[in-house]
Amino acid sequence: MTDLASAQVIGAGLAAIGVGAAASGVGTVFGSFLQGALRNPAAADGQQGRLFIGFAAAELLGLMAFAVAMIILYAR
Amino acid sequence: MHQFAITPLGSETLTGSAFQFTNSALWMLIVLGAILLFMWGGMKRQLVPGRWQASVEAITGFVDNITRANIGAEGRKYLPWVLTAFLFILFSNWIGAMPFGIVPAAHPFTVTSQFSITGVLSITSFAIVLVVGFWKHGLHFFTLFVPKDTPFVLKLLIAPIEFVSFMVRPFSLGLRPFVAMFAGHILLDVFGNFVVQGLNSHSVLGYGISGLCFVFVVGVNALELLVGAIQAYVFALLTALYINDAVNLH
Repeated sequence: MTDLASAQVIGAGLAAIGVGAAASGVGTVFGSFLQGALRNPAAADGQQGRLFIGFAAAELLGLMAFAVAMIILYAR
Repeated sequence: MHQFAITPLGSETLTGSAFQFTNSALWMLIVLGAILLFMWGGMKRQLVPGRWQASVEAITGFVDNITRANIGAEGRKYLPWVLTAFLFILFSNWIGAMPFGIVPAAHPFTVTSQFSITGVLSITSFAIVLVVGFWKHGLHFFTLFVPKDTPFVLKLLIAPIEFVSFMVRPFSLGLRPFVAMFAGHILLDVFGNFVVQGLNSHSVLGYGISGLCFVFVVGVNALELLVGAIQAYVFALLTALYINDAVNLH
């Protein structure tokens, strides 16, 4: 492997850290929702839209990290 | 990777005419046929709905609920586009996850695994937001970037942030379903390869790894169905939210 190719692989691997960080973000979103929902189950169903907005925002950053990893890996 | 390759049907290469019937077009037509069949079967308007009609009514009612909860009474007008995008993403995600590969010479293709498709969907949503916003409010639409009753110093800070977050929307909206499908299929591809390589190794360790990977692939396939539905829901929900910004201006 040339220096550029190995640097690309290392860079893509580093970018993949962001995916793991997004995983903890998504876990926080659903965990916090569950905490609130178990305290007041009657109000839980009405908040499902907000749950998925939070989920989408947290997940997007992980997907960005994935896209960055792909760009680093295959950019020439 | 082979499963993401777009190839014209009939001829071998992409040269020649600018318009060619590719496998992507074929699978879009298959998705369209599946949606037509599904909706047509449920539009018999029986007083007591059968199973089919009940499932169609559940989906239309679900999307109708999204638009009404997020846009308000006016949401009805935007239901056709939201329902179209929801059904298209849902059906192409699920048809892409079906094991058509066991049919010899079949080349299954997930339409939403290409950014050009989901990008066009998100640009359409964004165009609706812009057209509706400028149509209803004229140049007042720009007050979307400046929240009311904010101190002047904060306005200077918030306006650029709101502007950037607004302009990122079409990009993020299209990126989400694309990456979800792309990453999921790569994961399945990698672990499917592990199953085959383990079987080819002719060793006990290889067979063990093969079995574990097979169980994992089955689990991830189930997860893929869930992710496909969630992505369709999130697309419909965010489209409704963005249209709400254009209709009601905060």
